[in-house]
Amino acid sequence: MTTKTEYTLHPDIVSFIETCLQKEHSESYLMDILHKIQDKYGYLSEEHMYEVAQRLQVPASTVSGVSTFYHFFRLQPRGKYAISVCMGTACFVKGADKVLNAFQTELGIGLGETTKDGMFSLENTRCLGVCGLAPVVTINEQVYSRVTLQQVSELINRILNKDVEKTT
Amino acid sequence: MGKILDQFNHIKQQLLQKREQYLAGSKTVIQIGSATCENAAGAQQVRAEFEKLLKASGRKDIHIKQVGCTGRCSQEPIVGVFVPDKFPFKYERVTVPKVQEIFQQHVLQGQPVVDLILDKKTSNLYNRLVTFSSLSTATTELPTKWENIFNERLKTRGVAEGSVRSFHGGCLGLYSAGEEGGRVGMLVFPEKVMYAFSTEKELDKIISSHFIEGKVYKPLLADIDPLINRFFSLYGDVAFFNKQTRLTLRNSGIIDPESLADYIANDGFEALALVLEKNDPQAIIDEISKSGLRGRGGGGYPTGRKWNDAITSSDPVRFVICNADEGDPGAFMDRSTLEGDPYSIIHGMAIGALAIGAQKGYLYVRAEYPLAIKRLENAIEQCCQVNLLGENILGSGYNFDLEIRLGAGAFVCGEETALMYSIEGKRGQPRLRPPYPTQSGLWGHPTVINNVETWANVPVIVRHGADWFARIGTEKSKGTKVFALAGKIKNSGLVEVPMGTTLREIIYDIGGGVEAGRTLKAVQTGGPSGGCIPAGLIDTPVDYDSLTQVGSIMGSGGMIVLDDEDCMVATAKFFLEFTQDESCGKCVPCREGTLRMLEILERITAGHGTMEDLDKLERLGRLIKKTSLCGLGQTAPNPVLNALKYFREEFITHIQDKRCPTQKCSKLTRFEIDPEKCIGCTLCARRCPVTCIKGTARKPHEIDQARCIKCGECFNVCKFEAVLKK
Repeated sequence: MTTKTEYTLHPDIVSFIETCLQKEHSESYLMDILHKIQDKYGYLSEEHMYEVAQRLQVPASTVSGVSTFYHFFRLQPRGKYAISVCMGTACFVKGADKVLNAFQTELGIGLGETTKDGMFSLENTRCLGVCGLAPVVTINEQVYSRVTLQQVSELINRILNKDVEKTT
Repeated sequence: MGKILDQFNHIKQQLLQKREQYLAGSKTVIQIGSATCENAAGAQQVRAEFEKLLKASGRKDIHIKQVGCTGRCSQEPIVGVFVPDKFPFKYERVTVPKVQEIFQQHVLQGQPVVDLILDKKTSNLYNRLVTFSSLSTATTELPTKWENIFNERLKTRGVAEGSVRSFHGGCLGLYSAGEEGGRVGMLVFPEKVMYAFSTEKELDKIISSHFIEGKVYKPLLADIDPLINRFFSLYGDVAFFNKQTRLTLRNSGIIDPESLADYIANDGFEALALVLEKNDPQAIIDEISKSGLRGRGGGGYPTGRKWNDAITSSDPVRFVICNADEGDPGAFMDRSTLEGDPYSIIHGMAIGALAIGAQKGYLYVRAEYPLAIKRLENAIEQCCQVNLLGENILGSGYNFDLEIRLGAGAFVCGEETALMYSIEGKRGQPRLRPPYPTQSGLWGHPTVINNVETWANVPVIVRHGADWFARIGTEKSKGTKVFALAGKIKNSGLVEVPMGTTLREIIYDIGGGVEAGRTLKAVQTGGPSGGCIPAGLIDTPVDYDSLTQVGSIMGSGGMIVLDDEDCMVATAKFFLEFTQDESCGKCVPCREGTLRMLEILERITAGHGTMEDLDKLERLGRLIKKTSLCGLGQTAPNPVLNALKYFREEFITHIQDKRCPTQKCSKLTRFEIDPEKCIGCTLCARRCPVTCIKGTARKPHEIDQARCIKCGECFNVCKFEAVLKK
């Protein structure tokens, strides 16, 4: 996979890398680039990381080192609906661990896993700073506050129903 | 007036004119919170509804304004309806159906919707509100005393009962202790005037003139600082707010965080124009040193000294960095400041850059804060457009560029050397210090790193003077500190108080205490680097030194309240899990040591601990503190050591009785259904979130222990006490 023809990054990201190359300390933009890729594709694939290394002219080991160091970067694709349970102190004190457990049981997957149908993935997140409304769960970009255990299955069912509506 | 100030005033006039056109003479302002927390509570839908209703009404004299969050988290979304010369009414937990009511009744017909008023669950509408506040450093005695005298006097003077409502607030920090001459501050709504007096005779004069004749009594009017008055005049009638002194959060809830003109209209960038005009960088550093400002990120290093360190180097390339990587779980002051008042941070950094001779600055922000990032980007762009950032700022010949860099969820990047590596595009692993960043920082150049709150204080100090700032706080900790009050507290939210305020005042007077029926157990400060302060030490003043003395730290400002239902072992374990997970792996004591400590805690919470484990924990903890490379490891054992110091009995109960007194440790809890008592009502089975309760109607049910997540829902809902918690 060393030939240029296999490059698949979106042209917007490619041109962003090119503007970075014009700047001083271009290699320092690596994380910004990875953020952009994750925004676009949902995760950092091996191919994309390799392509970044080539285009930004940094060792592939550096790209891999950075991607694996930071929690925010995902190396696996997410589900269509990414459920994220906040594990900040306030949420913990208000029972976020139980909410997380309920999601795990309800979906039959563990933390960091995706359901077989690719619909849901489950992760925990660092404090979202919405501590006043704890416990907090985000599903894709939507924030749900004061989540109770009963709401867990309700939330999932609601999403499933909506998803069916959309696709039919 | 000099050339630079001319230029600044020119820009200011242009922006203000545009703002006037935009406001188009609006009289009524509907103000809606728009921070992440407000949005999570539904503020966006509320705003859309107001906009829809406003459009339908055809009124052109009403303006809808977005502001950052005021920090009254548990009552969000908050909507303010501000009409000139009327009470500044704020509504709590506004929902779309309530918008209709507020708009029809209050905005259009001028009748406030009493039931929804923030923090005032009363059907009585008062003619006037009065708040008594201390003029100097925190004391609640004087305001309380005068409040009582005032109420008695009103009665004897025949002022209708129930027409005036009184509060006693905290400190306004206008004078240093003793200088106020025994006077007390008295803020009166809706006139929004502040009196200062010290004798009953003077109070009588105010009552006669203001409360009986309805005329402001001018001789005793206090010269209240406009900075503090701005916040007080909008929020001073709410008990949660009027005990606070807002410097860092001075604009949160007041300005539109996406409008530079709004910031400028509130004295924004005046301080920068002043220092550019003077062009004396050393004078800025001296002023900051004199103010006694210490780093608000947790370390408490004197800011002025840090800046002085950076200018000793002969290297002409220097940087300033804002550490906005608020990774401490349970802390959200920085997010709120960034979302509610991004301009102040930029303003502070520009002044700092001028002081140390930096031409470039970086804002290192958590990627988890998309709204803060968006607002910062917008603010930087607006500042560049009017030449408050960029080349030759205001014609001064001085250049300053600001760039945002995103973190990616690594707690260790709050450590300054790790943060700099991260900006350089590397793994955020800390290195040994010295050399300190002020000597060899970003790409080897002298670099000053300060936290969001520290930067936000800089313009205030420059504008109002070091002496004014140093009057607030204690001898060694100057100014105010913002805390993110959360956990088992009635009024969770952002609290900014003068240093030296006691935990009791924060938790009870402002936070409203714990929920009814519960008792306060401990207060956690400093997040994963701090510790729990037991309820017995609640009179500890909050300043850098006092908190260290009781074994915790100031930290960045997270303050989590724990009640009798919280297990201290589980809480200690929670923090250690966090630091263990966040350990970067570079040094052995932190990487391996915290893991071993965590294993021991897991054993204890599963009922397999031994008494020797406690000694082991303490020995390991001390060792990790002494030998770790960076602040993360050096403080990681704190929550455990601190819990062992104050709550050792609880550890012993877990070990010897194999019991968790609060039933938080799920491995030590078990729910069972008593077949004698269960009547088979099926309620528990229906409510069980994991459907692990089996049984047919009118027959005893049974819990499948293998699938039970021990949430306790069955225990809570059973009406026949048939579910047993063991």
